[in-house]
Amino acid sequence: MCHQTVGLIAGELERRGIATTSVTMLREVTRKVRTPRALAVPYALGCPLGKPGDPALQTRILRAAFALLDAPGPPPVLVDFTST
Amino acid sequence: MASLSDLSLKNRLFMATYRYRALDPVPFTRPSKPLRQARVALVTTGGVHLPSQVPFDDELKGGDASFREIPADVDVATLGIAHKSDAFDQSGFRADRNLGFPLERLREMAAHGEIGSLNGRALSFMGSITAPGRLVKETAPAAAALLAADGVDAAVLVPL
Repeated sequence: MCHQTVGLIAGELERRGIATTSVTMLREVTRKVRTPRALAVPYALGCPLGKPGDPALQTRILRAAFALLDAPGPPPVLVDFTST
Repeated sequence: MASLSDLSLKNRLFMATYRYRALDPVPFTRPSKPLRQARVALVTTGGVHLPSQVPFDDELKGGDASFREIPADVDVATLGIAHKSDAFDQSGFRADRNLGFPLERLREMAAHGEIGSLNGRALSFMGSITAPGRLVKETAPAAAALLAADGVDAAVLVPL
């Protein structure tokens, strides 16, 4: 249910003029909720930033999520993370 | 990629019949400035809280829609985790809070100039909100108003 919550909060932030990006482990839920921008990561629930104790991977995921801020749209923007 | 088939039968049955709320139309704000000049806020649904804060109530029917403000300079290892969902393994998140609340990564990105600045407060919501009425009507708009007042340009949201 976290994924629906993220989409609904993102919607409110966008309405207030704050651009949002997010991470998702459940692509199909995020697609249904129509979250404005989301990076789909190939990791299990509970591991949105990849792996514990792997700061390099965590930073790569954040960079990829931030890159979606410049996606031309139209929303919703849903892009797969590739770790290479 | 996780998929619904990884979940327990109970959770799968619930999610198969659950009617998700969809954003329609999708609210969409273009970034007002480049990331390296933007003030960025972190929002998690990991249910983290300061030891001094009242933890979330995971017994509340439909879920606890409240949120906690977390100072961006907090030592993340000291944060409590109220999220007790049985839908996923929490051991990684408990070992490294950055897995779902990447404040240390964002502080590094701010120090390196990749983001303009990290907002002084991050926000923590609880997962497992199955009845999002109060979230949509009250707490998410209140959170958005707070971050807008802080002058936040962009936010990154992380589900658990």
